[in-house]
Amino acid sequence: MNNNNTAKSLWSRLSAWVEGDPVPCGEKAARPAPRPARKKMPHAKKFRHFVSFYRVMAVFFCFVIIGVLLVTVNALPLFGRADNPASNEVVDRYVEKGLEETGAVNIVAGMILDYRAFDTFGESSVLFLAITSVMILLMRDKNNTDRDEDLRTARELVVENKHEDVILQRVASLVIPCILLYGIYVILNGHLSPGGGFSGGAIAGAGLILYASSFGMIRVHRFFNQKTFTAITTSCLLVYACSKGYSFFTGANHLPTGIPLGTPGAILSSGLILPLDICVGLIVTCTMYGFYAMFTKGEI
Amino acid sequence: MMPFVYNFPFFSIFLAMLSGILTPFLKNGKMAQKVNFIMISAVGVMSAVLLFALMQDGGATYTYMMGHFPAPWGNELRAGPLEALMALAFSVVMLLCICGGFRDIFEDILPEKQKFYFIMLNLLFSSLLALVYTNDIFTGYVFIEINTISACAIVMAKDSGETIVATLRYLIMSLLGSGLFLIGITLLYGITGHLLMSDVQNQVVQLVATGRYQVPLTVVVGLITLGLSIKSALFPFHSWLPGAHGSATTASSSILSGLVLKGYIILLIKMFYRVFTIDVIRSLRINDILFFFGLAGMVFGSLRAIRETHIKRMVAYSSVAQIGYIYMGIGMGTGVGMVAACFHILAHAFTKPMLFAAAGALSATRGHKKEFHDLKGSAYDNKLAGVAFTVGALSMIGIPLLAGFVSKLYFALGSMDDSGRMWWTLLVLAASSVLNALYYIPAVIRIWTPSGEKTAVKADREKPGAAFVFSMVVFLFANFALGIGYAPVLRIIETGLSLL
Repeated sequence: MNNNNTAKSLWSRLSAWVEGDPVPCGEKAARPAPRPARKKMPHAKKFRHFVSFYRVMAVFFCFVIIGVLLVTVNALPLFGRADNPASNEVVDRYVEKGLEETGAVNIVAGMILDYRAFDTFGESSVLFLAITSVMILLMRDKNNTDRDEDLRTARELVVENKHEDVILQRVASLVIPCILLYGIYVILNGHLSPGGGFSGGAIAGAGLILYASSFGMIRVHRFFNQKTFTAITTSCLLVYACSKGYSFFTGANHLPTGIPLGTPGAILSSGLILPLDICVGLIVTCTMYGFYAMFTKGEI
Repeated sequence: MMPFVYNFPFFSIFLAMLSGILTPFLKNGKMAQKVNFIMISAVGVMSAVLLFALMQDGGATYTYMMGHFPAPWGNELRAGPLEALMALAFSVVMLLCICGGFRDIFEDILPEKQKFYFIMLNLLFSSLLALVYTNDIFTGYVFIEINTISACAIVMAKDSGETIVATLRYLIMSLLGSGLFLIGITLLYGITGHLLMSDVQNQVVQLVATGRYQVPLTVVVGLITLGLSIKSALFPFHSWLPGAHGSATTASSSILSGLVLKGYIILLIKMFYRVFTIDVIRSLRINDILFFFGLAGMVFGSLRAIRETHIKRMVAYSSVAQIGYIYMGIGMGTGVGMVAACFHILAHAFTKPMLFAAAGALSATRGHKKEFHDLKGSAYDNKLAGVAFTVGALSMIGIPLLAGFVSKLYFALGSMDDSGRMWWTLLVLAASSVLNALYYIPAVIRIWTPSGEKTAVKADREKPGAAFVFSMVVFLFANFALGIGYAPVLRIIETGLSLL
């Protein structure tokens, strides 16, 4: 009798499971009762043990990886030695023929924007992607903003407008033009001296962030809003893609490009590197400012 | 002068990136979807033409110079039959994934953010193509970054609490994988002085012959394998997968499991064949480790799936098991095993998105509830989705005439070459098939059990859209095509692998 019962309940549990119903546990009702209000959790102790075990293992694995990497670094070829595997024909050609082939006095610019321009295109797209994903996450919409938050932002805006920080604004109005000018200088001289789009764009972006934080976003919106932001980043990437796409296509098919390299050292030289530097610089500037605006206000 | 067809890999990658860059200019999400559709179709057609042209020449391969500077100085792409086949499969699957989850995209994502979602999809697609075609390790890394960010963003786009948590876990694990890969290629550059795959291979062969830098080389192989296996959710590193794949919108789940995981596996296969060489991998016993974890994943992924009551999470745990199959094939270290692994990449890419899309459509008939007890009898409300789910489940179990059967057959054949592993492979293969059946068959029975109550919301039983029907029909067709007419596909894979 007893046996029969067990078999029956086993069968009913199996059929319930197959049909997707909650499996009845013995005599009890199918669904477990809702969890009691936060009393002592029965698993708390077990959970604590797990956490401490987890921490010990994390530290252990970190030390293992540190140890392995230290041993590896010790076995690596020494830096700057003539027999270092990295000093081979690849580097030789970059150093010896870089100026002649790319027209860029700054070899690094020649490498990232001419020899390996495809990678740099990828990197610029990474920036574009990063700012777009931040926009998906943080741009104000009905999912991530409620009324309280709107009210708080409005209050902050009023405070910002009423209590202008005079010292900050005076100093900023002296410093910002210099920062922007320096950023533009670094971008435009990317092919002649150390620097280029990435570093110059970061400087100019910092200038824009300083402007926004000392004079308020409203002032920035007069000349820079989401429309201009999209227009600048997208058209810069588009120029990059089209000009480099042309150059890749002609290069692979062994066609002449017809782009003059100019005299090395002149500001208008080194073929596509200068326009590409400007594009990358603008993208980086917009991305830097975009991150700031997104994380503080949730809009550009 | 090179044939014009040979430009197609470059055109494919650039077209995908260009459409991603152009998307912000478009008016709304619908327009973005149209551009995306046209772009993917164009890439698909180009890949098919390229594959045909390469197979015409008896399996030709070539390298494509990106710019005016030859290989070790400039960037380079490489294409052969395997690459073209994968690009073709990726474009078809990508198109069908988006069609299959078409309605959910526009329901789950806010209208002002739909454009951004398509930017992510376009760039994700370009990165998958670049991972397939690249001949340069660093280009590979750059596109891994693009892949990571866009893959996380398409999970996040649904913007519910659950997806944010899942995205965070995914992001952390995925960045850990990218970081390890980056350290790996930095050290590799340090000991070889090259980034181009074929040049690195020459140097590695020399290093092995002279016995220099053995420790760094071992660590490099370990780091790169570890990084890529974290990113492709090999068994002990799979914890992020069910959350990310189970909570995202339907199209994202399909793309993540069908394509994103595969992109990394293909890169790993390329690293093994074109950079480290199989002999080095075998002598370091890396393939034994992958074999072991593959087997473990096959069993544990399935065991976990049996206990799952959420339909999408169950399908996601099944992905863990299927990734285990692929790694088992790679780990066999034999030619047949690798062919089977590549075939399973295709079989899984054509089956799992179908399961996800069908699961999404089934749950739509029940007001987007995804627990099994809510889905009872849902197949009657959307028969096509029910049929697709059933066929997909049978294919994953390994029923003859379907894609999953052929890969299991070839896994079993591949094990015959190695007597030491044969019993392990066959035993675990059998056990895993039984386990697969144990969770897929009940799931199929559940959706086809008529639910007594007819109280389900009527409004949700609308007719499936044309895009969904198209996607399901092509998926079903592809499953039978791979299951019955598998011989030419296997021939292409064999040719492609022998030329790698």
